[in-house]
Amino acid sequence: MLVLDHVSKTYPNGVHALESFSATIPQGEIAVLIGGSGCGKSTLLRAISGLDSASRGKVTLDGETIRAPHEKIGIIFQEPRLLPWLSVADNVAFGLAGRSGRERRAIVTRALERVGLADKAGMWPRELSGGQAQRVAIARALVPQPEVLLLDEPFSALDAFTRADLQDHLLSLWADSRPTLVMVTHDVEEAVALADRIFVMRPHPGRLFDEIAVTLPRPRDRASTDFEKVKRVVLTSLNRSLDRTVPDREDKTLVGEAMWW
Amino acid sequence: MRDAGVPASRVFFAGRMMTAVDLTLPRATEAAATAGKSRGYGRRLRGILLGLVLPVGLAALWELAVHLGFSDGRLVPPPSVIFATLWELARTGELWVHTRATVLRVAAGFAIGVVAGTVIGALAGYSALSRQVLDPMLQALRSIPSIAWVPLFILWFGIFEESKVALIAVGVFFPVYLGVMGAILSVDRKIVEVGRAFRLSGPALVRRILLPAVLPSYIVALRSGLGLGWMFVVAAELLGASEGLGFLLIDGQQLGKPAQIVAAIVTFAVIGKTTDWLIEIASAPLLRWEDRFGARHDGA
Repeated sequence: MLVLDHVSKTYPNGVHALESFSATIPQGEIAVLIGGSGCGKSTLLRAISGLDSASRGKVTLDGETIRAPHEKIGIIFQEPRLLPWLSVADNVAFGLAGRSGRERRAIVTRALERVGLADKAGMWPRELSGGQAQRVAIARALVPQPEVLLLDEPFSALDAFTRADLQDHLLSLWADSRPTLVMVTHDVEEAVALADRIFVMRPHPGRLFDEIAVTLPRPRDRASTDFEKVKRVVLTSLNRSLDRTVPDREDKTLVGEAMWW
Repeated sequence: MRDAGVPASRVFFAGRMMTAVDLTLPRATEAAATAGKSRGYGRRLRGILLGLVLPVGLAALWELAVHLGFSDGRLVPPPSVIFATLWELARTGELWVHTRATVLRVAAGFAIGVVAGTVIGALAGYSALSRQVLDPMLQALRSIPSIAWVPLFILWFGIFEESKVALIAVGVFFPVYLGVMGAILSVDRKIVEVGRAFRLSGPALVRRILLPAVLPSYIVALRSGLGLGWMFVVAAELLGASEGLGFLLIDGQQLGKPAQIVAAIVTFAVIGKTTDWLIEIASAPLLRWEDRFGARHDGA
């Protein structure tokens, strides 16, 4: 269980990026953080990853406080960030130190097959397309079998087709071992397609505005009217989050009613 | 083609695509590299030949001009005389003695300069404090013309090998120092963060992220350091040496033997280019991953 306890972040330059974010995310849940720019989504994700530390509050995973990058937490960035001097296979194996060569090869081969890039194992990262590179990055993050996988707008640089394809792919990978996913996005459709729970955030300083549970059954049909309904709920909430006249915590029951279609 | 189910028109199309690609630019992919290996050699040979057209043509013209009596070729000896001089120097063993002396000086100076430049450059690149302490002084020293060191080095190290090696080492040091420091400072923060996310720190981060990331710039720094080493060895040998290619230059000037001067220059060019090429060849397998603009044109 991932517990965010009043996580706040003020950067050394005085920017107050995140104010008192609290949430409890049970193991295996897909949580999506959505909101306008400057609402602290990425800041929160980096605090969970241990790459940055919270100024106040704390992040705990199964009771253990996260202060530095942790072996049970993997992260996928907006860019694939593959190491250009390693082959695709060696990139996937990057987090597998301390295993025998044969074991490592077997794991990497399986992971590349799983993301559909078995034939690219010997290639250099520069020879991959954007979508392929991001799939390698996903394989690299999943290979150490993290309990929590953080994704920072991982598909935002891709075209719409590749994006939808990778979202489905991510879901099928997630179904293998059911890690907790915490994903930052600004794409409402992506949020509704993936999330069990959507956290709508608002800026200046970044803070939680609204929580929306998504109970649509999987696989989700993006063309269905229910999907459209949830999208509209999220969009409305996003719009209200940017309206300064709306107070911070909305009346939950209203949103709750909208959920029960 | 791996799947037999592809319609014939697709295969045909793919084949045409291949030719179209081959006609334009050499592809950097390994598949293309193996497929077009023999053609690759042909292209390489063509590049070398193209590079030779101008120098060989000019030399032939000059040879012809001297033969036809347009010039006596005394101050600018024709190629035949230069080769005769080279051959004579080689036959008597003199060329070997002088080349050996020069190469040993460059090798010693290069080794010292590279080690010092790498260590201090790495220190300045890695730690901001040491950079603030070291860099201003080193930048000031760097702007001193090389020849200015000579009198001091002669006082310190004497007139024999040590002062020459020291001068070469100074020449090699600065480009290597700057290259290493600059390379470390410009390593992509995002890539370093990947290392951190996988819980690398200290030596492991250096070995698995920083070293491979700085390698391309480091090779460039080594090559420019070596180039300066060859420049400085001439300066050192011009100022007093009893052997070495620089001595051949001075000797040729004092005895009025322009052919010997040109022969020494040609030898410098050949050895300098060869050593640079050796670094390039040795580093090539380590840099195959690079996505360089030049890689597509390097056939020559």
